[in-house]
Amino acid sequence: MTAAKRPPLPVILLANDLLDGEVVFWTGRVWSDRPQEALIARDEAGAALLEAAAAEALAQNKVVDAYLVDVALDGEGRAVPRHYREKIKTEGPSVRRDLGKQAGQSNLVPTGH
Amino acid sequence: MYRYDEFDARFVRERVAQFRDQVARRLDGSLTEDEFKPLRLKNGVYLQLHAYMLRIAIPYGTLSARQLRQLALIGEKYDRGYGHFTTRTNMQFNWPRLRDVPEILDLLADVEMHCIQTSGNCIRNVTADHFAGVAADEVEDPRPTAELIRQWSSLHPEFDYLPRKFKIAVTGSPQDRAVTKAHDIGLRILRNAKGEIGYEVMVGGGLGRTPMIAKTIRAFLPKAELLAYLEAVLRVYNLEGRRDNKYKARVKILVHEIGAEKFTQLVEDEYARLDGPSIVADPQEVARIAAYFAPPAYEKLPLRSTGFDAAKTQNRAFATWASVNLFPHKLTGYAAATISLKNIGEAPGDVTSAQMRVLADLAEKYSFDELRITHAQNVVLPHVKQDDLFAVWQALVAADLASANAGLITDIIACPGLDYCSLATARSIPIAQALAQRFADQERQIEIGELNIKISGCINACAHHHVGHIGILGLEKSGKESYQITLGGDATLNAAIGERLGPGLDAEDVPDTIERIVEVYLQHRKAGEPFIDAVRRLGLEPFKAVVQETLHAPA
Repeated sequence: MTAAKRPPLPVILLANDLLDGEVVFWTGRVWSDRPQEALIARDEAGAALLEAAAAEALAQNKVVDAYLVDVALDGEGRAVPRHYREKIKTEGPSVRRDLGKQAGQSNLVPTGH
Repeated sequence: MYRYDEFDARFVRERVAQFRDQVARRLDGSLTEDEFKPLRLKNGVYLQLHAYMLRIAIPYGTLSARQLRQLALIGEKYDRGYGHFTTRTNMQFNWPRLRDVPEILDLLADVEMHCIQTSGNCIRNVTADHFAGVAADEVEDPRPTAELIRQWSSLHPEFDYLPRKFKIAVTGSPQDRAVTKAHDIGLRILRNAKGEIGYEVMVGGGLGRTPMIAKTIRAFLPKAELLAYLEAVLRVYNLEGRRDNKYKARVKILVHEIGAEKFTQLVEDEYARLDGPSIVADPQEVARIAAYFAPPAYEKLPLRSTGFDAAKTQNRAFATWASVNLFPHKLTGYAAATISLKNIGEAPGDVTSAQMRVLADLAEKYSFDELRITHAQNVVLPHVKQDDLFAVWQALVAADLASANAGLITDIIACPGLDYCSLATARSIPIAQALAQRFADQERQIEIGELNIKISGCINACAHHHVGHIGILGLEKSGKESYQITLGGDATLNAAIGERLGPGLDAEDVPDTIERIVEVYLQHRKAGEPFIDAVRRLGLEPFKAVVQETLHAPA
């Protein structure tokens, strides 16, 4: 991941858990399956920290397909991806509201890591 | 149905053990993601938008009740209670955990199934006519040929790292129900003037970003020579196919760039050079495979079943289903029943574990333990006695599987699209749902007649939109989903690539536009003229005007 490809701010870092595939978000400390816990980087320095966290997690074989996603902040300050693809990725299938994060489901096995 | 011999069984079990070890080595860091990815893909494991996805091979779309019950169990135990049938007659599960995949592969091996070569740059699962062994016009059942190719191509050492994926389809009838001309190799079984059986060999078909119709490179290949000739085709592709650009790596590009004549010459030269007798299958082995596909123990039945006729008279919904979803069987007193997985408002090709069990029970009780999966994402019970059709239909109604729309406008093919797929540029399922709801009226669907709509959520064209009578392609335009409409595609032996009607439309404008296209057809059709014939006669202009109207309609 290079600065040249960095999306517009603010951004969050998401990935898929290597073992369970679940979409996970970097909280600044751990990977969480809850989008509302994502750490929001509002400046270039914060985005660079997220990139460093992505590189480290990939190297440690905890996650795959880690990348920054540009977000808007809703009325309560929560990050919502601007692009429809990433919005579906953080919610679940739009045609099955009973499945995925939007339905409170997670594939993460709690003892995973 | 084909049954594994000891070698098949051992090979599949060994492969499961290998994959279990590969997963363990990925988790302990011995394998990087770059090293692991091609290994998991060769075992059907993708990483999609929300989770991993597992693609399970259903060779030539044939399943037994026991196999479908095992898929139901896997769906329930390791997924979210449902699976999805694809346009290559495979099953995909959308939510498995990587840590569970070795267990799932073991469960599949228990019922002689696997995920080998459902992805990666190798020869993929071989598909065939879903009415194999049923159709009256069939020259020969294509399944023994498909099984022979499956065995020859499984872990073929020379063709394990081709420039790109390679798909083969076989039909045994003059009517092409397997979309053979959109495959890397399409095979059509036919007889020559002497009455001998052989194959028309078509090469270089494919859809995706560069749609091409396959070219015939051998009008008649004697049956016994098949594997040696396929080996020559694959060898030419393996050597000459491009590896510098994945978008130009399919055999269709090679055939297009050097021309069908030159490609044919290269294949024939290679064929003359190779040691054919060492490659072609032993006739005893061919006979052994063919014996598994011997016709079931049919009863001798009268042409018409009085019970069936009476049930149709007494029950209008059954009569409608029977007139739309049944296909004539070569044997009197039987029918092949298409079970639509296209309920109005649901995702095309999705089936719950509970429905899988109902289908398995019906196959066991009424169809010699056989099911077929179609490229149109439906299921077929191939050999049902007419006397039993009413009971079958009643069970289907109870399981919400009795939609009477096979081949009609709501029998829409759709890929998973951006609701699941990480490659997609737009959603396809919501478009299919909106169109099905728009055309839900049963009488109107029948009045419109045969009309295939195929919706892909990206240029890779998994839903075959190029060969849909109406094709819809979902793209991204200025940060929004946008849908291009094509018209005049045809997936049969008259294969044709549809042409674009105009610029992309917003999702909410698609149903109105398709409705107007259908209205133009209804206004101009001659008596009994199907949609695709009318489009060919009328040309695109009257339909292009419809898209322009949508684009210029006041907001």
